[in-house]
Amino acid sequence: MPLQSLDIRRRSATTTQPPAVRVDATVELAKLIDTSKCIGCKACQTACMEWNDLRDTVGTNVGVYDNPRDLTDQSWTVMKFSEYENPKGDLEWLIRKDGCMHCAEPGCLKACPSPGAIVQYANGIVDFNEENCIGCGYCVSGCPFDVPRISKKDNKAYKCTLCSDRVAVGLEPACVKTCPTGAIIFGTKDQMTHAAAERIEDLKSRGFDQAGLYDPAGVGGTHVMYVLHHADNPTLYSGLPATPKVSPFVRLWKGAAKPLAIGALALVAVAGFMNYVRGGAIETTDEDEEAAVREKEKLDV
Amino acid sequence: MSEHFPHPEMLQRHAYRERVLHWTIVLTFLFAAMSGLPLFHPALFFLSNLVGGAPWGALLHPFAGLAMAAVFAVFAVPLWRDNQIEPRDRQWLRQIKDVLGNHEERLPEVGKYNAGQKLLYLLMVLCMATLVLTGFLIWRRYFSGYFPIDAVRVALVAHALAAFALVAGVIVHIAAAAWVRGSLGAMMRGKVTLGWAYKHHRAWFREMLRSGGER
Repeated sequence: MPLQSLDIRRRSATTTQPPAVRVDATVELAKLIDTSKCIGCKACQTACMEWNDLRDTVGTNVGVYDNPRDLTDQSWTVMKFSEYENPKGDLEWLIRKDGCMHCAEPGCLKACPSPGAIVQYANGIVDFNEENCIGCGYCVSGCPFDVPRISKKDNKAYKCTLCSDRVAVGLEPACVKTCPTGAIIFGTKDQMTHAAAERIEDLKSRGFDQAGLYDPAGVGGTHVMYVLHHADNPTLYSGLPATPKVSPFVRLWKGAAKPLAIGALALVAVAGFMNYVRGGAIETTDEDEEAAVREKEKLDV
Repeated sequence: MSEHFPHPEMLQRHAYRERVLHWTIVLTFLFAAMSGLPLFHPALFFLSNLVGGAPWGALLHPFAGLAMAAVFAVFAVPLWRDNQIEPRDRQWLRQIKDVLGNHEERLPEVGKYNAGQKLLYLLMVLCMATLVLTGFLIWRRYFSGYFPIDAVRVALVAHALAAFALVAGVIVHIAAAAWVRGSLGAMMRGKVTLGWAYKHHRAWFREMLRSGGER
């Protein structure tokens, strides 16, 4: 665990209380990505590579600006470019920095079967501890944003850490540090919400009636938020889910099913044992053997 | 028994092939259970220590499961005929109180397998098939990427449900084997005494004697 200094609010596959239940005094942090200020320069991708020592394989150009085309275990953030023709017939270039949203109620953490492989710090950052990761890939099924990636090399899950190591020593994430237009900012969640509100007001005054903040309630809010010019239709931004939530199947599987199934199995075992205690074992007696011989003689074989 | 029947005549119940297959299923089942249950509930995470740690458990679990299902298929096909549900099985099930209360004499005659064993057979077939099919969808390393994520999520639930039913069935199977003395010996050495066959599987007993032990 690299970050003993930060309190833990949630811990994967752990049924006891995390340390943060004692007192939850840590301020929640958030990263705000303003899509209306982003110029698609990919400096954030480069900074992420540099700080986290990531080196993705060089891919091939398929005719779009997305490079690489999707998140990988070596690319924790990717600029997603989409060309949108608005109702007036004008082209809008909607650029979204894709990556982990650091959900308040993380589906990855809920699905994870390995104790402590995924933690949520009291400041809201959701972090993978690869030393505890067992490579099952359940986090991929739990995530409503399709973020975690399993490395083919070490079979462990990787994603954006929100630079938890930098944040722990009072620095902002690498992508924030490098953004040349100020499209990415970092601070407390309250500060970011206020900053977004100002920006949204500004956007509305300039004709973007539907400008708004993307902080989806279905996952309890996120610690990475977007200012969108078209908050009424997030899917315009390379398929950003409009109402993300942890799948009901995942919630059933890693929720009620767990205690019910364990309890039922214990009950079956106890019932089997108690039936034995009631009547004892069924022995084959001498009388049975004699009756069998008589039956055999009757059959004359 | 020993005074009257020092060397009781024995009937062949499980051939060597059948016994080897059965115990191979047991071993692969144990590995699959000890590597799979830790993925279901953290209270059972310690079981992964018995299979070389959770990363190895997660890696090997699908292979152990496939081996179990494959051997089970070979094992189960010849048992198909003797496990068809008959009218007398329904009567047997209606008298389940007499079954559990050790009043076997009140029950209808039983063939090679009783209704409980037949239901277990059916349960095992269904569970194995479900586990294999859903297992491919949730095998992240090689196959999950080829399926829609929502199908994978449904498969995860179905896989857990089938595994639960299988484990519950196995617990009942073990309890029954411990309860009915002579069953474990039948699966170890392959033979049962005439009295055992007469007491528990009378119709099969007659059939065996008529055919000279040929089935």
